[in-house]
Amino acid sequence: MKVEVNISLKEGVLDPEGQAIDNTLRNLGYSNFHNIRTGKQIILNIDKTNENEVLKQADKMCQELLVNVVIENYHINIIKDK
Amino acid sequence: MQKRNLELRDINENEYTVQQESNLDQALGMGLSKDEFELICNKINKIPNQTELGIFSAMFSEHCSYKSSKKWLKTLPTKAEHVIQGPGENAGVIDIGNDQAAVFKIESHNHPSFIEPYQGSATGVGGILRDVFTMGARPIALLNALRFGSINHPLTKHLVSGVVKGIGGYGNCIGIPTVGGETNFNKSYDGNILVNAMAVGLAQKDKIFYSAATGAGNPVIYVGAKTGRDGIHGATMASAEFTESSSEKRPTVQVGDPFTGKLLLEACLELMQTDVVLSIQDMGAAGLTSSSVEMASKGGLGMHLNLDLVPIREEGMTSYEIMLSESQERMLMILKPGSEEAAKLIFNKWDLDFANIGKVTNTGRLVLDKNGFEACNIPINPLVEDAPEYDRPYEILQNKKVIKSDDFQSNQTLNNILIKMFESPNIASKKWIWEQYDSSVMGDTILCNGKSDAAIVKIHGTETKNSLGKGIAMTTDCTPRYVKSDPIIGGMQAVCEAARNIAASGAKPLAITNNLNFGNPEKINVMGEIVGSIKGISQAASTLNTPIVSGNVSLYNETNGQGILPTPVIGMVGIIDEVENCLGISAENNNTLIILGQKQNFTEGWLGCSLYQEIISDNLDGAPPPIDLKTEKQIIETIMTLNNNKLLTGAHDISDGGLLIATCEMLFKNRLGLNVNLPKALMSSNSKDHLLHSWCFGEDQNRIIISTNEPDKVVSLLKESLIDYYILGMTNTSSNLNLNEVDTISIKEIYNINERTIPSLMDTYKS
Amino acid sequence: MRAAIAIFPGSNCDRDMAVAIKKITGKSPLKLWHKDTEAPNLDLIVIPGGFSFGDYLRCGALAARSPIIKNIKNHISRGGALLGVCNGFQILIEANILPGSLVRNKKLLFTCRETTLEVQDSIQSPFLSSFNTGDCLNIPVAHNEGNYIANNELLKELENNGRIAFKYKKSSEIETDYNPNGSLSDIAGILSKNGRVLGMMPHPERSINSLHGGTDGLKFLTKSIEQIVG
Repeated sequence: MKVEVNISLKEGVLDPEGQAIDNTLRNLGYSNFHNIRTGKQIILNIDKTNENEVLKQADKMCQELLVNVVIENYHINIIKDK
Repeated sequence: MQKRNLELRDINENEYTVQQESNLDQALGMGLSKDEFELICNKINKIPNQTELGIFSAMFSEHCSYKSSKKWLKTLPTKAEHVIQGPGENAGVIDIGNDQAAVFKIESHNHPSFIEPYQGSATGVGGILRDVFTMGARPIALLNALRFGSINHPLTKHLVSGVVKGIGGYGNCIGIPTVGGETNFNKSYDGNILVNAMAVGLAQKDKIFYSAATGAGNPVIYVGAKTGRDGIHGATMASAEFTESSSEKRPTVQVGDPFTGKLLLEACLELMQTDVVLSIQDMGAAGLTSSSVEMASKGGLGMHLNLDLVPIREEGMTSYEIMLSESQERMLMILKPGSEEAAKLIFNKWDLDFANIGKVTNTGRLVLDKNGFEACNIPINPLVEDAPEYDRPYEILQNKKVIKSDDFQSNQTLNNILIKMFESPNIASKKWIWEQYDSSVMGDTILCNGKSDAAIVKIHGTETKNSLGKGIAMTTDCTPRYVKSDPIIGGMQAVCEAARNIAASGAKPLAITNNLNFGNPEKINVMGEIVGSIKGISQAASTLNTPIVSGNVSLYNETNGQGILPTPVIGMVGIIDEVENCLGISAENNNTLIILGQKQNFTEGWLGCSLYQEIISDNLDGAPPPIDLKTEKQIIETIMTLNNNKLLTGAHDISDGGLLIATCEMLFKNRLGLNVNLPKALMSSNSKDHLLHSWCFGEDQNRIIISTNEPDKVVSLLKESLIDYYILGMTNTSSNLNLNEVDTISIKEIYNINERTIPSLMDTYKS
Repeated sequence: MRAAIAIFPGSNCDRDMAVAIKKITGKSPLKLWHKDTEAPNLDLIVIPGGFSFGDYLRCGALAARSPIIKNIKNHISRGGALLGVCNGFQILIEANILPGSLVRNKKLLFTCRETTLEVQDSIQSPFLSSFNTGDCLNIPVAHNEGNYIANNELLKELENNGRIAFKYKKSSEIETDYNPNGSLSDIAGILSKNGRVLGMMPHPERSINSLHGGTDGLKFLTKSIEQIVG
């Protein structure tokens, strides 16, 4: 099953990259936005067919390696194939 | 391999297509001319299929074949007693004593860096490193020569930011210090930036590895990263001008992986400790095509490869794509038969692919199998030995107009002009750039990046009881506006300035690697720039005994017909016997500054083609400053003698901006002051006087400023060697530059301007 | 003195550290490969700088999950001394041997330059006991992600328990940017609870020669090794 992990910085953790992007967008003329936070996405295919087991394993992988739980949050979604 | 009746179930549709006969339209689309297509068909006695045509188009590209420049490159001086390997291999090799050799080369990655500045420059660094370690040398230093458009051009800051990040991103990660180079800005590069990367490595003199294939039957081994669809036809892109549609070429830019580069470097050097590597070449421009063809050609042999065995990372790649892919971090080797398993272990330890993909043959042909069919069967000679060599018409235009100081109308004080000059990104400190490069990894960097005229890197392991060891000096130099005005003098000047920089750092100049960057060689004046600068380089290199041992040519640097300033970059390497004798540019307190090469009664400086002229009148005109090669040689020998006698505390050559700029740069570090001795004829000038300006900012050549706390001994030696010299003055702690009664300049103020020019330009740009 | 350097794919300051240790002790340190599951008893392990695993995922994240880390943790629990430099510091944090996080430099640029470190008032540690609070060392840095951050609670704990080893200090009037990466409280290095593990961003092994980076790094490493051997 295909799994999508979205990783983002926790609120309150300084995000200088987000800040830099904010400045540039404003220089381009946009002003009707606020609070840009950057993050990353990891996609993996887990060789299991039971959704609960897949989510459980993905969560374990996040805790052990994929996410820095001190400063990052994460959400796991199952991607349904068409 | 017999060609069977082709059935779609036996071969994927795309592979079927590329094995069909090609036609003239396809040839033109691949960058070949009608004549070249006909030549190919005649030489191989058939119409090539598309894979074979692709191989020809890559090998016939300017980047691989040097067809427009080969005739003239052959006229460069390439031999000397200390040259072990001249042009023709992956890099040049020179003897540096102690049974050691320096291996070095410079190469361009101009077109990809314009399209994707980070990856373009990163892969440029990766490629030049492979060229060095493929010869068996551990790389010890990187330099780069960068040219960007006008700082006000909308793309420039984005390109500067991306290129600097890319160079740092690759060099820092792979752990090789970036120690020197140059960065310049000029509107002629608005649409065509130049990114030339130079690498220097160390090897044992008797353990140099070459690329000529040997021994029919020997295994051909592919190592490194997997092959993908990156950069297909990168070589032909490098050989073509940009047009509006160039931005669509984004997918053809290669992506580098410095981590894999580091693993490949360690694995190769580890394998080279054994005796199983017979020949080796990296897969650079035109990937597997150029490496297999060049290795076979040099050995007078052939190759038979099974492309199904090439490690690939994309599905369904055709023979065409596999041969033309420019995926990075890959090498091709010929090993001793029977050693494959042991070699594989080493590459597996470093988590790299290792595949036996074929054999060397004695047929003199390149034969490729794919999906059970023969995808290619062509003779090798027409690809290399018989590749076209053009004798393009040329006209060398030399501007002989002498600009005099009273041709100027500026009405500005010395102080104002000095400020304007240090506010120019061409003169101001490039610290913003070099701080993004790791210059101290490997623990051997002694001088680098702005502290001295040439970088000095210690040769690891050469310490003795009495000395910290030997060192290698390195620099890159070129003054393109001189080359434009007079290609012969410009070529000479580039070599002389490089040699001056090496000598001013305490080392002896040894040899050159050159990167010739020009516009469209089919234009008669551009071809004249190429021929003229090669003539000038040859003359200077011969006089100074610094032969050319390697290099690269990048042509067609034009956009919509608008070409770059001719930019023949000279990368030079030298040797210093005791690294503790190296010299930086900074003077100490109570030092006497003396200009070598300047006459006592010199007053009218050369302002033609100078930065002063460009900044004051926004226009360049006139002949460049003349060069006297004999004098240059003497100055270089003299400064080496002075340094060997331990009489110097610092030295700095006079180039862009003239003697006043160089003087300020010597005073900056310690914020010193100087009471400048003006020549008698200028003592009653006022600060706006153009004759005085010409003395201060004229770019007369063959001059180096030295600082010493033993001026009497120095003067005595200079008198003996009949060198012209001029005593500029003695440093003090006033922090003021006093030109007799004419003007007083605050060094602290100029220093601050020098430091903040580039950060204030770049920090306003948030990337 | 039994010393070893842990090497990961992409480590590139291992040679520099080995040269430094050999200069001080006369003996080259052992090399531990990241896949090693066995290691002899040692006095000091150093995790050197570089780009282990290409800095992929997060700096030090993949290296911190290598087999050798278990050995390193055993070494610490036996009271062994451990020094993590630059990427080594990042690995110690990812392996939860030291607390906090190291994120991108504030200016989002790689920076390679000299810094002045001030020794802080800290707990007993072989790395610092030969120095006095306020002593300064000139040591170069070269990194992209050296910005140490921690929440208020952690910062208080580090401060109150003397676990901050070094802070970046202004070296002269002229300097404005004395902190090269914007780290919290100008922190340049921190200690473990027992003081025998030190993580620091600056590279002492690049300061062992008067012609290359000065000799404060040599001073620091020599005194540390003297204290470790006891």
